[in-house]
Amino acid sequence: MIGLNFIYGVAGLTFLAFALLGAAEKRWANATFHGLIATSFLLGDWLGDIGNGVLVLALVAIAASGRMKRRVETGEPRARGAMVFVPALVIPVTALLGTLLFKQVPWLVDPRQATLVALTVGVLLALALCYVWLRPAPAEPFRAGRALMDDIGWAAVLPQMLASLGAVFALAGVGEVVGRLIGVAIPAGSVIGAVLAFGLGMALFTIVMGNAFAAFPVMAAAVGIPLLVQTYGADPAPVAAIGMLAGFCGTLMTPMAANFNLVPAALLELKDRNGVIRAQVPTALPLLAFNIILLWWIVA
Amino acid sequence: MLVLSGIAIIALGFLLRFNPMLVIAASALVTGLAAGIDPLAILAAFGKAFNDTRYVTAIYIVLPVIGLLERNGLQARARALVAGLKGLTTGRLLIAYLAFRQITAALGLTSVAGPAQTVRPLIAPMAEAAAGEAHDPEKVKALAAATDNIGLFFGEDIFIAIGSILLMKGVLEGYGIIVEPLHLSVWAIPAAVAAFLIHGGRLLWLDRRVRRG
Repeated sequence: MIGLNFIYGVAGLTFLAFALLGAAEKRWANATFHGLIATSFLLGDWLGDIGNGVLVLALVAIAASGRMKRRVETGEPRARGAMVFVPALVIPVTALLGTLLFKQVPWLVDPRQATLVALTVGVLLALALCYVWLRPAPAEPFRAGRALMDDIGWAAVLPQMLASLGAVFALAGVGEVVGRLIGVAIPAGSVIGAVLAFGLGMALFTIVMGNAFAAFPVMAAAVGIPLLVQTYGADPAPVAAIGMLAGFCGTLMTPMAANFNLVPAALLELKDRNGVIRAQVPTALPLLAFNIILLWWIVA
Repeated sequence: MLVLSGIAIIALGFLLRFNPMLVIAASALVTGLAAGIDPLAILAAFGKAFNDTRYVTAIYIVLPVIGLLERNGLQARARALVAGLKGLTTGRLLIAYLAFRQITAALGLTSVAGPAQTVRPLIAPMAEAAAGEAHDPEKVKALAAATDNIGLFFGEDIFIAIGSILLMKGVLEGYGIIVEPLHLSVWAIPAAVAAFLIHGGRLLWLDRRVRRG
């Protein structure tokens, strides 16, 4: 069945190309970093847990060494006609149509990965179209892609690192401790206190963890289920849904959500690493207030 | 209580601008040790989770196509397209993109757009071109990325098969509470509307500041 194996194969080969091109230019730190990511994609399932852990330590060592270089400036772009939009649009259109199509053939494509598989197919189609139409040198797309990758640098694996940190937090029981602290802080019998603790707790815990998914089980256990649902008799569906969205408001305000906030800043070459967060806070705060008021209205 | 020291390390490390990769590794180690976990077991848990979450890093497969197209003038074309449209302002462009992102995400099509697929090659240069001299290009680019995130977050939960809905269903089931995914996703609609109004309002306000300024 086509699923993550196919996506990881394409991703592994792409990073392998980045690594080889980097090595050819003697950019060793970048090449090794990309080579390790390629190894993770292609061989990760065979390395074992400790082996993957050692791979992560190597990535951390390279990132911390400060030896990874930014891209070298490339020349002015060639001017092409409006046709240049076509391959760029092939990717989202294939992702869209492919998702709908692949859901119909669950025996061929893993339905849980339909969108990512469709996106990968879109990328391969667009790449083929580029080769036929623009006739670049065989390595040119990968050289151009590597230049963008060098701009992102080690931030590329931050999201994966933070997700893994979340797994260690879960193993160590960090959530239960935070939940207990918040549970103790709520004045007994106060509906507004419980609603505020749940909404703000979701947002704050998400800011710390970088991920509302990590905050939800903790806040549900500490406040959502025992107080809002079981004590005050609120409908569990809106409590859960609105709590999760309060967490999303937190995601908009934290550098810990690296894939949403730091990676785009690097990708857009912003001077301020936190520029995207600054642009989001004025939307996130009123939206958080809206969610808390809505929840209070439902519970009360 | 000692297991919370990892959170303190993260906060301090980010504040003092140490390398985040190093800060995360240190936080994982300290948290694990504080909970009495064997160092090798911490390494194994971290490695396993890293291997299980590779899909978040797979998105960079779009970079060769985007990079090649940029060398063939994609961003300049996107700017030229906007320059040809009178009356198109940064605010209106980003409001249209916000609506597109929310609607496609609500249909489960979360990977159709994103910072690498659409914001860097198309939306950011278009928004910059529409802004002309009126705004700081840094701010406009940041706002384009912000609009992408807000559209995604406050659209995707309306789709019933998205990860967060399944997580909520699973957690509630652990307490013996059975909810239908549809019942959860319906409750994502008020926040989606509020997000569109609040962020859309900010974008219109941005346009207004130009005309007066």
